[in-house]
Amino acid sequence: MRQLLKGNHAVVRGAIAAGCKAYFGYPITPASEIAESASMLFPESGGVFIPAESEIGSIQMLFGAASAGVRAMTASSGPGISLMQEGISYMAGAELPGLIVNIMRAGPGLGNLGVEQGDYFQAVKGGGHGNYRTPVFAPNSVQEMCDLTMHAFDVADRYRNPVVVMADGALGQMMEPVEIPQTAPEEPDKPWAIRGDAATRKNLITSIFLEHHVQEALITKLEDKYREMEEKEVKWEEFQTEDFDIIIIAYGICSRIAREAVEMARAEGMRIGLLRPISLFPFPSKRIRQLAGKAYSILVFELSSGKMVEDVRLAVNGITPVELLRRTGGMMPTSEEIVTVLKTMERECVGNKA
Amino acid sequence: MWEIKHSKPATFYDRFERKSGDTEITHYCPGCGHGVLHKLVAEAIDDFGIQDRAILVGCVGCSIFMYYYMDVGNISSSHGRAPAVATGVKRARPEAIVFCYQGDGDLAAIGGNEILHAANRGEPITVFFVNNGIYGMTGGQMAPTTPLGQKTTTSPRGRTAQVEGPPIRMCELLSTLDGPAYIERVALTDAKHHMRARKAVRKALKNQMEGRGFSFIEVLSACPSNWKVSPKDAIQWVEKNMVPIFPLQVFRDEDKHGATPLCLRHGTSPERKIPAGPKIQESAVRGAIAGGELGEVSMKLAGFGGQGVLFSGLALAEAALREGLQVSWIPSYGPEMRGGTANCHVRISKSPIASPLINRPSSLMVFNQPSLEKFADQVLPGGLLLANSSMVTDIPDLPDIQIVRVPAYEAARDLGNVKAANMIMLGAYLEITRAVAQEAILAAFTDNGMRPNLLKANVAALEAGRRIVSGTRLQNPQLRL
Ligand SMILES: Cc1ncc(C[n+]2csc(CCOP(=O)(O)OP(=O)(O)O)c2C)c(N)n1
Ligand code: SF4
Repeated sequence: MRQLLKGNHAVVRGAIAAGCKAYFGYPITPASEIAESASMLFPESGGVFIPAESEIGSIQMLFGAASAGVRAMTASSGPGISLMQEGISYMAGAELPGLIVNIMRAGPGLGNLGVEQGDYFQAVKGGGHGNYRTPVFAPNSVQEMCDLTMHAFDVADRYRNPVVVMADGALGQMMEPVEIPQTAPEEPDKPWAIRGDAATRKNLITSIFLEHHVQEALITKLEDKYREMEEKEVKWEEFQTEDFDIIIIAYGICSRIAREAVEMARAEGMRIGLLRPISLFPFPSKRIRQLAGKAYSILVFELSSGKMVEDVRLAVNGITPVELLRRTGGMMPTSEEIVTVLKTMERECVGNKA
Repeated sequence: MWEIKHSKPATFYDRFERKSGDTEITHYCPGCGHGVLHKLVAEAIDDFGIQDRAILVGCVGCSIFMYYYMDVGNISSSHGRAPAVATGVKRARPEAIVFCYQGDGDLAAIGGNEILHAANRGEPITVFFVNNGIYGMTGGQMAPTTPLGQKTTTSPRGRTAQVEGPPIRMCELLSTLDGPAYIERVALTDAKHHMRARKAVRKALKNQMEGRGFSFIEVLSACPSNWKVSPKDAIQWVEKNMVPIFPLQVFRDEDKHGATPLCLRHGTSPERKIPAGPKIQESAVRGAIAGGELGEVSMKLAGFGGQGVLFSGLALAEAALREGLQVSWIPSYGPEMRGGTANCHVRISKSPIASPLINRPSSLMVFNQPSLEKFADQVLPGGLLLANSSMVTDIPDLPDIQIVRVPAYEAARDLGNVKAANMIMLGAYLEITRAVAQEAILAAFTDNGMRPNLLKANVAALEAGRRIVSGTRLQNPQLRL
């Protein structure tokens, strides 16, 4: 049965459906409803909720629960996610699964509560110290706030790596109909965890490896995992990519606005397609490269100073011009503005075509 | 019967295979207090038969490699965070015996917040706090517990109260909290004090086995290497320089939470329990969108906070859900709300909704004058503007827009229910557009447990709104409202 839920609430429903048993969090707008809803629902669902002393505390509690082999999560927004970077790096080094949800706001610093996507590099490139990455999933609907939360737990366990679900204030606050899945994939066994019993007593969870060759071996192992993710975990969605002159690349809430722009532009006879990365790491580079081969130009639309555009340019590698449409600080281009940009680009395309 | 103690407790590994180099000896300097305390802890674990259940959350400091020696579940945490990590472990596995082992830089400096809050929650874990008044691992820098006058590599002129502040007393600090069950400070000096330390260590673990709350043992301990004294003189150094600042005593031995610590009321259970969803009745009666007479609705509702603007929008959205439609509702949020304005965007459609954000609404419902001024320009030509004319008095000329004035406050006052203005506006909107059925709105209200008298009042308000505009029809029914 569909129900109307806020994106932030859908995250909690998805987490519980996925068997998440522990939530640790500190309030921050626009993510607070996640903690509030978790404080209500986790204890009723056989789980625990702790209002942590800080985001440093939250992520370390997550580290502890993950070490003990329990599915666990936290959520926050920019300032809190920055504080968590230490813990995320340690989790990656100790190969611990866990979910971190970032409901982005505008930054740097305290910034404001507006819709922005400025945390892209921090999430996608490994925001803490050392050689690691985190898979990042970017929902664009309330349904996906639930579904990708569930999916994130599976990926985290499969690779023993923390995973980020990255949305923004709009997705967190808006309501849409959602279907909460009643079944979920089984959680894998975690023989490496420390449960406080004879079977797991000899286990060690650590991220310190004094000998250089041992540390290098760990990093190589992490790199292998990330390479495997690039083969198996890439997710994206396409809209109207059967025939196009220009392709828009946008994720999260931007992809919704972009979709409206595509519909408007198509209504005016323009040939526009849309590719929406769902996994930001691993990035759908291969598919973007394929589509770039067929496009006259590419428009990246994001709410940051231009971050995802760098990954797009790496993927496209110069074979097609890549334009950037962006706003920051909570400012939001309208679908009409996107269409205007597309029109200018199309005029140039015609030149390219000739 | 005499119990014969081997030199190594059973909880110690026979050989320290995790260590590189000599696997027979520890990595500690001669005369270091860490090894002595490790042994006391390991012996207690042996004696209580809790080796399998024991989980050590290590710290960053000289004792980081405690997992070389302790044959228990081992988790090494980042600098200062052990109490938070232990909290996560203990909540996940309440049956485990979880203990932290931390130095003074780790616990009292960088980890000050984590220890404070674990203690305050009465987290039923055991914390061993090794106070040697210095940063050992990094080579003798000043710790928050370094005595005044003491020269270290970062207080080369000697610590002063004025510049670095006086030494911090963690037992005393934590004793101000109600959370802890047991707090004691001991010292690894002479045999008598070793016995006291042994007793304290055992009690701190026993407490956890018995389900009592947070236990904290501070251990004054020697660091001859960084104090630059001989192992023998180091004992005297503790007595002379540390004991006077850090008195040895029991600070708390009383579990104010009672036997089962409050925070363990809810443990984790392995089964999946998915909370039941809300009740959702499908509406038998459907409005003009479901019926196909009207395209999609893209609407803004705006007014002051407290006027029920968001609720009106939500009622529409919930009704659309019950008519099997696609719908999105997005509110303004955060301090914007506190500033006194509230608005939301509602889209209702038969087909999937591209963007939930609306910059050119086809209908606008405004509850106050500032909202009109902010949003009127955005309404699409041919669109509908529904204004609460009790508050929106100055409506400019908008040639292409159908303007409908609803004196919602006067009408609400007539009903004896000034809070119902938003429902009166909603009733008027339904009457003009028939976008969704009133039955669907009422279904949403009852599904959400609205009390019968409130439901009755809302129905009266919806009806009153309808009456005010009765006969008014959409001038432009083709418009994708
Ligand atoms: C975030 C961070 N900052 C600094 C360090 C460096 N560091 C490692 S141990 C330590 C101090 C250890 O002193 P203490 O806690 O007193 O333990 P001891 O070595 O004396 O037993 C410091 C500053 C670190 N590992 N991590
Ligand atoms: S430096 Fe000090 S604390 Fe560290 S092992 Fe040596 S004596 Fe012990």
